[in-house]
Amino acid sequence: MDPLAAIKVTFFQECEEQLAELESGLLVMQDGAHDDEMINALFRAVHSIKGGAGTFGLEALVRFAHVFETVLDEMRSGKLPVDANVVAIMLRAADMLADHVRAARDDGSADEERSRAIAGELANLCGISADGPEETVEEIEGLDFVPVAFAFDDAPPPAPLPEPVMDLPEPEPEGPPRETWTIIFKPRAALYASGNETAFLLRELQRLGDMDVTVQASGLPLLQDMDPEEGYLVWTVTLQTAAEETAIREVFEFVDGDCDIEVKSARADASAALDVHALIAMATAASGPAAEAPAMAMPAPAPAIAPAAPEADNSDLMEIIKFIDDAKAAVAADEKGEPLAPPPSSDAGIPAAKAQAAAGGAAAAQAGSGGQPPAGQTIRVDLERVDRLIDLVGELVINQAMLAQRVAECGLARSSSVAIGLDDLEHLTREIQDSVMAIRAQPVKSVFQRMPRLVREVAAMVGKQVRLVTEGEGTEVDKTVIERLTDPITHMIRNAIDHGLEKTEDRIARGKPAEGTVRLAALHRSGRIVIEVSDDGAGINRERVKNSAISKGLIPASADLSDEEIDNLIFMPGFSTAATVSDISGRGVGMDVVKRSIQALGGRITIASEPGKGSTFTLSLPLTLAVLDGMVVSVCGQTLVAPLTGVVETLQPKAGDVRSLGPNGTVIQIRETYLPLIDVGVQLGYRDAPLLPTSGVALLVEGEGGARAALLVDTIQGQRQVVIKSLEANYRKVPGIAGATILGDGRVALILDVDSVLSAKVTEPPRNPTVLAAAG
Amino acid sequence: MTDPSTNQMADRSELISFRIGAQEFCVDIMSVREIRGWAPATPLPQSPGFIRGVINLRGAVLPIVDLAARLGLPVTEPTARHVIIVARIGTQVVGLLVDAVCDILTVTKDTLQPTPDVACDMTKAFVKGLLAIDGRMISLISLNDVLPDAELEAA
Repeated sequence: MDPLAAIKVTFFQECEEQLAELESGLLVMQDGAHDDEMINALFRAVHSIKGGAGTFGLEALVRFAHVFETVLDEMRSGKLPVDANVVAIMLRAADMLADHVRAARDDGSADEERSRAIAGELANLCGISADGPEETVEEIEGLDFVPVAFAFDDAPPPAPLPEPVMDLPEPEPEGPPRETWTIIFKPRAALYASGNETAFLLRELQRLGDMDVTVQASGLPLLQDMDPEEGYLVWTVTLQTAAEETAIREVFEFVDGDCDIEVKSARADASAALDVHALIAMATAASGPAAEAPAMAMPAPAPAIAPAAPEADNSDLMEIIKFIDDAKAAVAADEKGEPLAPPPSSDAGIPAAKAQAAAGGAAAAQAGSGGQPPAGQTIRVDLERVDRLIDLVGELVINQAMLAQRVAECGLARSSSVAIGLDDLEHLTREIQDSVMAIRAQPVKSVFQRMPRLVREVAAMVGKQVRLVTEGEGTEVDKTVIERLTDPITHMIRNAIDHGLEKTEDRIARGKPAEGTVRLAALHRSGRIVIEVSDDGAGINRERVKNSAISKGLIPASADLSDEEIDNLIFMPGFSTAATVSDISGRGVGMDVVKRSIQALGGRITIASEPGKGSTFTLSLPLTLAVLDGMVVSVCGQTLVAPLTGVVETLQPKAGDVRSLGPNGTVIQIRETYLPLIDVGVQLGYRDAPLLPTSGVALLVEGEGGARAALLVDTIQGQRQVVIKSLEANYRKVPGIAGATILGDGRVALILDVDSVLSAKVTEPPRNPTVLAAAG
Repeated sequence: MTDPSTNQMADRSELISFRIGAQEFCVDIMSVREIRGWAPATPLPQSPGFIRGVINLRGAVLPIVDLAARLGLPVTEPTARHVIIVARIGTQVVGLLVDAVCDILTVTKDTLQPTPDVACDMTKAFVKGLLAIDGRMISLISLNDVLPDAELEAA
């Protein structure tokens, strides 16, 4: 991967984090709580996305982020009140921003129309409450951030402009009164060092009006004394423009602090002199609220000082300008989340304020981050490396067990130093194993935080008011489980909103709050993770579910079902209550898909429903996909593992229950039904003649889609958790086998693929007899 | 690790030689990861006869190919004296069951003689050429096709 692509990958990873922070912040705000720190955090999130996007030239993203950022900035400065409407628009904007990021990542394009609509809404927010006329919608949309490309090589800083005078074409005169400004611009070395170019700045100025530029090269030393990286040139610009002084200052915004700049108006020159002390008071007052005030508010007070400045003593003037620069730098630092200088008290003199600025930096930084707990440090690690580590630790555990076995065989006393040392080793290996497994564990937050958006979208689509409550976001589970949880949870939440919750008017009629609640919770219970999706809707309409199932022929009309059985009908393939088909759910892919995907993860799904009160779906899943609860069985001297999720019950076949069907088919009677009896040994090619059913044990298994059969094995060894290993990594898929595991004695045992065994024709002989002689 | 093919391109290459029955074979040493003693393998259902099963190699499941059976020779009856050569083939790691490992040979490219036209098709598919060293005839084996072709088998 080339370095730029690698940086881009990191950028998008960070974008995801920023988006998550943005959304969670907005959600907290939706609940009515907000403070400056939070708004700052939101601003920073959008700002970082915009900044990164600019670097990569992602224009659509930059454009949208810019509008968003502007509105947040208004909010930050207190010009825009935080109310439900604003937050709702911002949440939609956050979704749109996420779409833009994803579109940029996948080289696609976001829904431009929607983007424009939301950007318009945002801009409207801003336009209503923005005080300055300079921030009109057109201007925001027209603003375009063009990334400047420059090489990161060791090239010397760009040389100052060679032409001392630029004669620039005169633009058409315009309506507003024009003023003449004199701008003295003295770049310092730092300006060049940071890759800025004076020509660009001057060209930018030129856009504002008629411009005359002269360069004063008098500062240039003799060639032998010249430091090639120092800035010696001073430009004097005479600008005739209708623009505000703020606009002029904005041109130099990016080089703030890296140059000395003086802007004075011809009109101000003629006006009465101001007392220097009044000036200082103004400067301090202006920069006093700097920490809270947005960067945009800063340029405004600055011009008030500059026009009067020529009247003051020159050194004072420089002090003041420097002071303003410092204050602005502090604001800029604040934006980046860096420690900032505290606002000087309004009556402090300049030197005192400066001293305070230096001394109080640390304290301010502390205050700034006081609202949030310090984030833990993290590193990004390749998943493969973690998996390799897990494999090795698994092997360590097996080796340790084997070693203990051998030592025990030697007949050493339990109190011997070797045995004691082995005990310590065992504790240590267990601890290492737990710690390593914890590396892969992640909080379910990454799935949960996608849901608020889903709820908003679905709620808007069906026209219901829905509130999502999440609990237990910090519950940890293996990464692979998390990745495969999103779809089932998404589906269940859609169902809960679309089918579970009643229409708003029905809710009001029943005396319920108009806003329905969908609760999504995660918790650990006895070594598994439990996820609950519940709603406070009407509950399952059992009458309708039953009728619907009968009309679809899923159950006989005469079926007498308990409430629980009726509830479980919704998991049947092909079930849908026809009356409720909508855009969101009920399109045929229903809860059976959810059930199947949960089962594929080794999980279970249950439902509890109370009419009028709502329904709760409960998922119970293993904490990791690398581990499986299995029933260890023997077949022809081979050890096999049957996944416990598929095993319904085990039984000892009685001679009277087993019947032959056809030439070589066998069925077994279990209560009132006949099920195929499949000899696993024959099926896998371990033996030719089936085992006498009465001498073995039958596992009643249920496969995908509810097909049942009895699997005949020799004996059951017991139940245990096994670590799943792939056969495909070094070999290929084997029919009837889902994977392999390593037993305590270090040997490989195969994991049965129940579905593939069930679907294989019983009459079909295995293609190749398995070589059992090789077992040794 | 160097790609085995680049090693072959070089003038000199190192080969590891082993014995199956009375015949001697060799493979490029760069594809060999380790050599270990025979351990009982767990048989895989519905597999070709030359797949002896799978063993646990430090947590990874490793298929064992009976190289004798693969080359059309009589099936090996493995004992504790038999050896598994763990070799990398592409992205996969495979164990090759052989009778014994003999030697490490350093040969130049021009010592490799083409396979004479007497061999059966199966042998020809794996034997890339012959080496004559100290009066012994050693067949150079290409490992690329040792594992069964998944698509072909599935068809």
